[in-house]
Amino acid sequence: MAAIEILDLEKTYMVGFWRKRPKLALRPLRLKVEEGEVFGFLGPNGAGKTTTLKLLMGLVSPTSGTARILGLELGDPRVSSQIGFLPEQPYFYDHLTAQELLTYYAQLSGIPDRDRSSRVALMLKRMGVEGSADVQLRKFSKGMLQRVGLAQAILHNPKVVFLDEPMSGLDPMGRREVRELIQELRSEGKTVFFSTHILSDAEALCDRVAVIHQGELRGVGTVANLTSRSKGTVEIIFCAPKVPSALNAISSETRASGEMVNAVISQEQQETVLDILRRERIRLISLTQVRTSLEEFYVEQLRPKGTGAGVGA
Amino acid sequence: MNSSRRVSAVASIVLLASMACCMVTLQAIDRLRTRPVIQQSLYLRSGKLLRRLSLGYTGLLADVYWTRAVQYFGYQHHRNSNDFRLLAPLLQITTELDPHLIPPYQFGANFLAQKPPNGAGMPNEALTLMKYGIEHNPDNWRLYYNLGFLYYTEFKDYAKAADAFTAGAKLPVTNGFMPVLAARMAQHAGEFDTARMLWYTTYQSINDGAIRDNAVKHLAALRVDEDITHLEELVQKYRAQMKRQPESIADLERVGFIHGMPTDPNGKPYRLAPDGRIEVEDSELIPYITKGSPSSNGSSANIASGTPTAP
Amino acid sequence: MNSRIAFVAFNTFREAVRDRVLYNLIAFALLISAGAILVGEISIDVERLVVVNLGLTAVSLFGVVIAIFIGIGLVSKEIEKKTLYTVLSRPVRRWEFVVGKFFGLTGTLIVNTFFMAIGVFLALLYVAHRLQPSDLSVLTALYFIVLELLIVVALALFFSSFSTPLMSAVFTFALFVIGSLAEDLRGFARIISGFTGIVASGMAYLVPNFSAFNIINQAAHGDAVPGRMILYNTLYALLYSAMAISGAVLIFQRRNLK
Repeated sequence: MAAIEILDLEKTYMVGFWRKRPKLALRPLRLKVEEGEVFGFLGPNGAGKTTTLKLLMGLVSPTSGTARILGLELGDPRVSSQIGFLPEQPYFYDHLTAQELLTYYAQLSGIPDRDRSSRVALMLKRMGVEGSADVQLRKFSKGMLQRVGLAQAILHNPKVVFLDEPMSGLDPMGRREVRELIQELRSEGKTVFFSTHILSDAEALCDRVAVIHQGELRGVGTVANLTSRSKGTVEIIFCAPKVPSALNAISSETRASGEMVNAVISQEQQETVLDILRRERIRLISLTQVRTSLEEFYVEQLRPKGTGAGVGA
Repeated sequence: MNSSRRVSAVASIVLLASMACCMVTLQAIDRLRTRPVIQQSLYLRSGKLLRRLSLGYTGLLADVYWTRAVQYFGYQHHRNSNDFRLLAPLLQITTELDPHLIPPYQFGANFLAQKPPNGAGMPNEALTLMKYGIEHNPDNWRLYYNLGFLYYTEFKDYAKAADAFTAGAKLPVTNGFMPVLAARMAQHAGEFDTARMLWYTTYQSINDGAIRDNAVKHLAALRVDEDITHLEELVQKYRAQMKRQPESIADLERVGFIHGMPTDPNGKPYRLAPDGRIEVEDSELIPYITKGSPSSNGSSANIASGTPTAP
Repeated sequence: MNSRIAFVAFNTFREAVRDRVLYNLIAFALLISAGAILVGEISIDVERLVVVNLGLTAVSLFGVVIAIFIGIGLVSKEIEKKTLYTVLSRPVRRWEFVVGKFFGLTGTLIVNTFFMAIGVFLALLYVAHRLQPSDLSVLTALYFIVLELLIVVALALFFSSFSTPLMSAVFTFALFVIGSLAEDLRGFARIISGFTGIVASGMAYLVPNFSAFNIINQAAHGDAVPGRMILYNTLYALLYSAMAISGAVLIFQRRNLK
């Protein structure tokens, strides 16, 4: 059973003074996330990431289409006890302390009385805020608020965790902690669905990613697959006092630093160059295919439609 | 989705049910309340104070008090109560808040002065109210009309009535009856025709339903009084001619004094009483008559007003 | 389900208290103390009257303002500031949220009024030096004020479910003013005949009728209130609140939380 199944979910808002002008926020989206996956939802601001999350959370009702979480339809009350949600730039009840807030959420999530305080204490510790447990939230810094937000998302041990821009506003230390948390969640067998526009995080963490732009899905797949469309070039690194002249003629790019030489050649010429190196008895250090980076793939998908075709996997 | 629809359905039912029950409860509360409203209205009797408290919204407050005055009157009437004590202060407050509101003056002229159960029986307060009205609205012929009306019907002061009608007749905008009424006051004040003209003018020129009904009743009473006066004259004439008392009205017809059996405005025939007086069959149905009520002196409940003294 | 409503209610109460709502009591206390002390200079008969009138009017007005404030603040604000998202992603149903909020707000108002009531009775004791049986009507008047506040808060919640904080406050306040004149409105409507009369009557019935709840003057004069009136008023307040809250639930159910 897939953890998340999005079936042609669509959302059009009616805007304007008389609510007559349609504004397309999300084109029919079809997506599947397996259990235990860490799934990244990439896209620039306004692409439809938050809309998708809100649709999944039931905060907004879809214009058409539906979705299933853990096999249950949207709106099924049994769903909410199995999922956790961290909204973008969360804002909590100013005047509660961290402990009171988490206790409140624990109550609402139906955690039984006797387990509540221990669970809350555990969460506070795990997220590193137990020192400020009795401080009112209005005194918390952004990073600490984010941690509290994550704490409430996983407090009730949900199977699927939804995070909207979990790294936003965090310093590098904070981001690293979040990354570690996501990896921990994965090792606990949870499914993590998070949206971001920081590609390096997606590359590092995700099993699969989806790129969305202007309400439309532009590509889905593992990072490896999406970036496997190589440019058809090969990078050779070898050690030589000077670059063989034959090579210069063939290679488009050659860089040398000391005795290490970096050359980029087309795939067809690979054999030819290897012959040259053997002839010259030059030591080959590495030979790798040049892949597009996720960034390039991303940027390409963001170009106006028609120039880059979406890739499904 | 199912549970969401169920919630919406339940909420809709609760909404409609509570709305209906609210209205029912409100009506029950109303029934308990009417007296307290009026008493509450009059905890503050000073028009000036109310003016200040109304924060400038005197017009609205005047309208509110006017409505209360009308409701109070109607409510007391409905309960067959003889007590209209609070009408005067209510009208006073209304006109102090808005001196240019005309209907309260008309209402006061008609119902403040008349004796209970048709009015509050306070002719002097009514007079004060009219004068106050004229002071603040010197160009409104209706107020002069009301003043003259009061003098005529309640005080029987035909001279002052004539003055009022005359003054009203002189205004740039006035009613055609005013000069006629003024003239009649001088010479023919006591006559049926004058009274009839007065009540007819009231009926014609004022829009208020209660006032018009009242005028109609007075006109009917006038007709009865006229009929009875005429019939009693005929009885005298019969006695003079035949040297004896007629036994019934039919006798009058037999000698040709009248044609057909005369009936009162309700269609009931007049009766001849043993003492020679003419009576109506049921005086309860015709208020305001001065003659013809079975209890001999014409006193008690239906005291008339607005009818002329017998010539 | 029931416990979730209770949790929401309690949290609402806590939030209101921590938001220093109850500090209004200080202003109230000052006002009424000043009033009581000044009144001590006037003749004895009128003292009691003035203190009761002043005290109860202050309780009523403060109460309405507070009711509108917290009704709007604790709901519209939540919707605007997104505290709501993390709550609604949990097993709490939307209607449980609305109802819980209502109970929490009501609790806050009752506590607030309770403290004010103590203030009023203390002031009364100060000027009259003893309490009389006729002072029971003051208690009834206070109870009626609480009923009034129930309706105001329910209305504030209703408007918050679809409107911005400012507009909700305006609408609620407008309905409070109209509601105070509702009895006269119905009187007007009865005089007008025909279709307009029916429409006007309908409106006059739909609007909250506060006239029956304001017995401040009667309490000042020590007049007793018939038991049936207490029953009917309670019924009306509960029914009207139910109406407003179910309206809020209906709207909130379908609302897109952008």
